[in-house]
Amino acid sequence: MTTTRPFAIRIHGRGGQGVVTAAELLSVAAYHGGRYAQAFPSFGSERTGAPVVAFCRIDDRPIRSHEPITAPDVVMVQDPTLLHALNVFEGLLPNGFALVNSQRGPQALGLAPMLARLPGITLRTVPATEIARRHLGRPLPNTAMLGALAALTGATALAPLLDAIRDRFSGSVGEANAAAAAEAFAWMGSDTNRPASTVEATC
Amino acid sequence: MLKQIEGSRAIAETVALCRPEVICAYPITPQTHIVEALGEMVRTGELAPCAFMNVDSEFSALSVAVGASVAGARAYTATASQGLLYMAEVVYNAAGLGLPIVMTLANRAIGAPINIWNDHSDAMALRDAGWIQLFAADNQEAVDLHVQAFRIAETLSLPVMVCVDGFVLTHAVERVDLPSQAEVDAFLPAFKPVQVLDPDAPMTIGALVGPEAFTEVRYLAHRKLSSALELVPQLAAEFQERFGRGSGGLVHGYRLGDAEIVLVALGSVNGTIQDVVDAWRAAGRRVGALGICTFRPFPADAVRTALESARQVLVIDRNLAPSSGGVLATDVRAALPDQNQQVRAVIAGLGGRAITRPVLERLLEQATRGAVEPLHFLDLDRRLADGGLERIS
Repeated sequence: MTTTRPFAIRIHGRGGQGVVTAAELLSVAAYHGGRYAQAFPSFGSERTGAPVVAFCRIDDRPIRSHEPITAPDVVMVQDPTLLHALNVFEGLLPNGFALVNSQRGPQALGLAPMLARLPGITLRTVPATEIARRHLGRPLPNTAMLGALAALTGATALAPLLDAIRDRFSGSVGEANAAAAAEAFAWMGSDTNRPASTVEATC
Repeated sequence: MLKQIEGSRAIAETVALCRPEVICAYPITPQTHIVEALGEMVRTGELAPCAFMNVDSEFSALSVAVGASVAGARAYTATASQGLLYMAEVVYNAAGLGLPIVMTLANRAIGAPINIWNDHSDAMALRDAGWIQLFAADNQEAVDLHVQAFRIAETLSLPVMVCVDGFVLTHAVERVDLPSQAEVDAFLPAFKPVQVLDPDAPMTIGALVGPEAFTEVRYLAHRKLSSALELVPQLAAEFQERFGRGSGGLVHGYRLGDAEIVLVALGSVNGTIQDVVDAWRAAGRRVGALGICTFRPFPADAVRTALESARQVLVIDRNLAPSSGGVLATDVRAALPDQNQQVRAVIAGLGGRAITRPVLERLLEQATRGAVEPLHFLDLDRRLADGGLERIS
């Protein structure tokens, strides 16, 4: 019997930012990539502007458990105003990833004390709202965040993510969201962005 | 066809493949996505011929399904929680009249206090209404059970309730193999009602029955419902032959060979339980699991056989019968006359409290020490509970 466990992602944002959709899109991308995935929202909290959480598990074998994710490998924060409103990094596993939607670098977000308590966490920021605004004309950061997440963690490759986005949104909306994801993917993968916006916290 | 799809959507698409002719429902969380999707399919003509009726309440919703069924139409509805209670009178009538209605129950707690999250209180409240009650362990089984439910219902002329854990399954996006229309058509022939109300050939259905025959009518209801214990596994076997996967049936045993401690449960918690059993088996511990798929009629013989080797049976009850215990544990206890087998009612997962792997592992550790009480409240916050006790005493 194998003792591997699924790769777990927790997504924080506010109602209206496509948090639940992001988890679903990630699971569809993983599915297109030939893997098993499960996405689910934190139930009952879907109100515009209210903090919303959604989850995604990805594995190479069928996922039987339906318990909530309390110890994620990745925390993705779509709205930086949540950083100091609640403990979005609760349970984040050692050597995990934190990805925050912000134009500012991790140092400027005032997260140093938090990171000091989390060994080996890789924290990155990505200007997902600005990328989204350019492609969609609206500040909907979820697909750009997913592009950055794919580049940062390898949770999915870019091509199946773009397929998932085009499955969900037809026509020009789908293309614009795919372009936002692709730009964020390239942005995150680019070396010029890496040193300035990365904090490797160590104990 | 394989799809990565939300549970509610998968259920709605499968119900549509079953060609219902009348759908009538009133929205209630967490069932709403299912009937919204079906309403949309009827509106666009994707599901036709089918009448989708909007009504003022759950009482009316099931009443319309009863009227449609008695007029010879294949009828479907869905509800949850208080919605089921509001239709309770009609739930009994549908069974008493022998109408093969299929209803999805997106399991949710019952207030007060109001709570929109998952447990099995709703299904348990109506467990003795005479319906067949099937519980899905995951969304694949939820889909497959709906196909089987129409066939079971129409073969026996009895209504079937397919219980699906609210939110946990209805709102989860997972990989599901949806059957094709041709596959469903081959498994589920057109509805041929055994009795139809027809103005050209008038007859009475549901006449008054006095004391001279009411006991006999109820006895026949008992025998008829019990006969599903033979049909359900037969149809599950036929389903497996045609669709290539095991779904439904009476019970699902998991690593029960030589198991001394066995966890018994209904619904979606069985996946987490199986993960725990695997971990404990890997460590050489003799534990197993028994998922109950058919709760009504209760498969006492299958449960007894499956639990043959068990010394301690931990029944996860996502409901509470205050002052009595757990409903499922009561049935399991009655099925096990051997006094050497300890049956523990473990009240768990009420109102959306997650039943997690660490919590289940702690329960097993306690069971190993013989420290689980006959009525055990899993994961109870002692400080919160004791504070409340002080106030009421």
